[in-house]
Amino acid sequence: MRVGSADREPMTIGQKLWQVNWFLVFFIIILTAIGCAMLYSAGEGSWNPWATRHIIRFLIGLFLMIMVAMTDIRIWMRHAYTLYFLVLGLLIAVEVMGVIGMGAQRWIDLGVIQLQPSEIMKITLVLALARYFHGASLEEIGRSTSLIIPSLLVAAPIVLVIRQPDLGTAIMLMMTAGVIFFLAGVRTWKFGLVIGAILAAMPLVWTMLHGYQKNRILTFLNPESDPLGAGYHIMQSKIALGSGGVFGKGYLSGTQSHLNFLPEKQTDFIFTMLAEEFGMVGGLLLLGIYAIVLIYSFAIALRVHNQFGRLITLGIAGTFFFYVFINIAMVMGLVPIVGVPLPLVSYGGTAMLSLMIGFGFILCAYVHRDVRVGRHVSGGED
Amino acid sequence: MYREDSSRYKKFSRRAMILGGGQVALFGILAGRMYQLQVIESSRYKMLADENRISMRLLPPLRGRILDRFGVPLATNKENYRVLLIAERTRDVKQTLDALGRLISIPDHEHRRILREIRKRRDFVPVTIQENLDWKKVSRIEVNASDLPGVVIDVGQIRQYPLGSESAHLLGYVASVSEKDKKGDRSGEPLLQLPGFRIGKSGIEKQQDLRLRGKAGNSQLEVNALGRVIRELSRQEGQPGDDVMLTVDLGIQNVAIEKLRDKKSAAAVVMDVNTGGIIALASVPGYDPNAFNTGLTRKQWRDITRDPLAPLTNKAVSGLYAPGSTFKMVVAMAALEHGVIKPEQKVFCRGHVELGNERFHCWKRHGHGWLDLNGALQQSCDPYFYEISKRVGIDKIAEMGRRFGLGRVTGIDLPNERGGLMPTPAWKKKRFGVAWQKGETLIAGIGQGFVLTTPLQLAVMTSRLASGKAVEPHLIQGVVSGGGMRPLEVPSVPDIKISAEVRLLIMNGMNAVSNTQRGTAYPARIKEPGFELAGKSGTSQVKRISKHERETRVLKNRERPWKNRDHALFVAFAPVEKPRYAIAVVVEHGGGGSTVAAPIARDIMHETLKRDPSGYRGRDGVADEKGKGHKA
Repeated sequence: MRVGSADREPMTIGQKLWQVNWFLVFFIIILTAIGCAMLYSAGEGSWNPWATRHIIRFLIGLFLMIMVAMTDIRIWMRHAYTLYFLVLGLLIAVEVMGVIGMGAQRWIDLGVIQLQPSEIMKITLVLALARYFHGASLEEIGRSTSLIIPSLLVAAPIVLVIRQPDLGTAIMLMMTAGVIFFLAGVRTWKFGLVIGAILAAMPLVWTMLHGYQKNRILTFLNPESDPLGAGYHIMQSKIALGSGGVFGKGYLSGTQSHLNFLPEKQTDFIFTMLAEEFGMVGGLLLLGIYAIVLIYSFAIALRVHNQFGRLITLGIAGTFFFYVFINIAMVMGLVPIVGVPLPLVSYGGTAMLSLMIGFGFILCAYVHRDVRVGRHVSGGED
Repeated sequence: MYREDSSRYKKFSRRAMILGGGQVALFGILAGRMYQLQVIESSRYKMLADENRISMRLLPPLRGRILDRFGVPLATNKENYRVLLIAERTRDVKQTLDALGRLISIPDHEHRRILREIRKRRDFVPVTIQENLDWKKVSRIEVNASDLPGVVIDVGQIRQYPLGSESAHLLGYVASVSEKDKKGDRSGEPLLQLPGFRIGKSGIEKQQDLRLRGKAGNSQLEVNALGRVIRELSRQEGQPGDDVMLTVDLGIQNVAIEKLRDKKSAAAVVMDVNTGGIIALASVPGYDPNAFNTGLTRKQWRDITRDPLAPLTNKAVSGLYAPGSTFKMVVAMAALEHGVIKPEQKVFCRGHVELGNERFHCWKRHGHGWLDLNGALQQSCDPYFYEISKRVGIDKIAEMGRRFGLGRVTGIDLPNERGGLMPTPAWKKKRFGVAWQKGETLIAGIGQGFVLTTPLQLAVMTSRLASGKAVEPHLIQGVVSGGGMRPLEVPSVPDIKISAEVRLLIMNGMNAVSNTQRGTAYPARIKEPGFELAGKSGTSQVKRISKHERETRVLKNRERPWKNRDHALFVAFAPVEKPRYAIAVVVEHGGGGSTVAAPIARDIMHETLKRDPSGYRGRDGVADEKGKGHKA
């Protein structure tokens, strides 16, 4: 393995900026621009109320992303657990506030921004797990006992998020964790065991689900059964997509979207509007750009020389992938509606910020790809 | 450590490849799904999207008018000014309603209905506040428009009947479509589903409904998910209904109504003897056809259906009456045709005849003495007809009656026509399982007993007698569409099977009734020369006169309760020479035919002759139907 000169001598800010993968940033900007165009359309050809604010949030996010990328990866590793427990604390706070406020609560209102801890948890969980597995050898990972701590790290936020209740985020957390466990080298049969256990627990989970969640799953299985009720969203979304055809109805001319048959067109169903107005060509193009971002992330991960950086890169890329997949699959009626936004395109503050921070970590890993990170925080290298 | 990390890296790389492969596969599924939805099933979803956004709205066609024979409207459409409220355009619905209430009074229950409808509907759906506004109210609202946000005035069409309630039976009325109408409709018209659409429910409106209705237009509207109209995509105007031109003359119809109006219950029919066209047809009491259009209250409906005078029944075609002496022409013709009596042969009337141990009376207690056919008709002697009906037999009488249009429906263009009854022994056997009694033939011979006719049938009978043609009554003269009048094809009328000689004898008898001093209807003759009518009165008993009554004193009609009074009937044709019109008048429980019904018939007939479109001027200024020269 190549031992770079940056190994010992810290890089200057200028060197670090030069090292940022600007191709990845370029495609992130492209995705945001597409989001802006679609939000402009969703606002009936107006920058208000969504498109302008989308740009502002992106710019804030861009700043945070660079800040995260510039920070030494070892600092992040050192504070990974701290950040994790901080956000876990916020999740508990939200839960407590929800109990007091007598109702479901996902937000902490900071006045300027409504903070959604569950979104941030998607990042901090990756950090915490990456740190744990960074410090564990393959042999250790092979032992089942060593999986207890990371399992608890995963279970705690999931339980809290489910209680909110936010099934979509819980599933996202679980799958992201799964990706890291898998990449870290956890034996495959253990995944089989967990999947088996989850399937076995299904009936129990079913009884614990809220009525609207059950409805969503039932109508997903048969949307035509209730076209004016819960199945309405799925039906209308499929109609919008299907009627878009190969080349679409033209920008600002989606009848389903602009006549309000399509619900939530600025957030969860923005892909539907895109595919209605630009057709399959537009949809595939967007999917292609997402694929490019993912490919870059994989390329970065393979070039990073520390396990921590590799794991956070593909962990966050995994989260990103699940966002894209679940959202698009959901609007096309392949999975139940769970309320997952389309990354960088959907309107939504916290998701945008947490994604940008996430990309900051990927870039950070790339910038510090040759930094040797010790097994343990205190130890430097050994 | 180095080795360890390298093995970790190998494992990581391998698993990253697997992960990447999995992600590619899942993206492949998404792309495949896109292909499925946007290429394979696209046409289906395109259709669904259009169904979503395009809403078809029917445009109701303008209903055709009903015109009289000269084109004067009898039923027409009036502009209906409605005031509507669109909730989203006003800040405060209650306040606006109150402001409006100061201009036009809104009763409390209406106020509640309006608020309820506003709550129930979406904000942009207009709610009707009041209909049929007059100009004063409309202008009052328009002047204050600035204080009434969300209040709009809208013009629709509403059916209007300029004639009074006595013509309601003839024209009928229109009303909202009922569930039953929808089920019974075979035209497949989507129009019937249209809220607020009106169809003909009786009279000409019902009979000619399909012609009058027209064809619906439609408008394709783009609507959003809430149903709000965004824009009109296309519009296809409907085709207004055809105007229907009747054979009725409004002037004569008005006179008929005028003459019947003060009677409790009566009907009159004027008919063209040569064509069968109905010139006037009236029935009292009537009802207000406009009230049905706007909707009756429960109480109004109860009152109208429970009224013993049956205002909803068109007595001219549905009222069944014993024809009384107006039936004597038929009996006489049967007797003459079968040779059971000769016209000059005399029969003695001593006030009654006896058959078995039953006694049949003449209306004239002490009898008429010797009478021939002409005299018997002139004075309406009952025993003469007892005698000849006994001779000719009931079957022959019934057969003659049917030949003259009695005993079955005439087939006029009006709903609910009834056929009346020409009784025969076979009918009685079938109906009651009892044999025919000889006495019943005698009773039938003076148009009483089982014999039942409608006023229309009596007019048909008189027409056939006067013209010698088997005319069928009809009301439709033609259809006006696209500017031109298309006359309805009238099949050529065949002659009736009766010798002219017999017919003339009877017509002479009727002339004697009206125009000779001893005739029963002499006081009710038309005195103007050339306009004379020839008629026959009839007074049909409703209640049998008891033996006790006969021995003491037969009560005068006005001394009896109304329900027990006799029906007054009169049939006539005019002019005496070359008859053109026939008339039948029935006044229910009116009393004597010659005193009550005959003057009415005379007045209507006189007006009819004066209004004859061929310019008939009486005997001194003949301009007959062929328009030949005038005599000086």
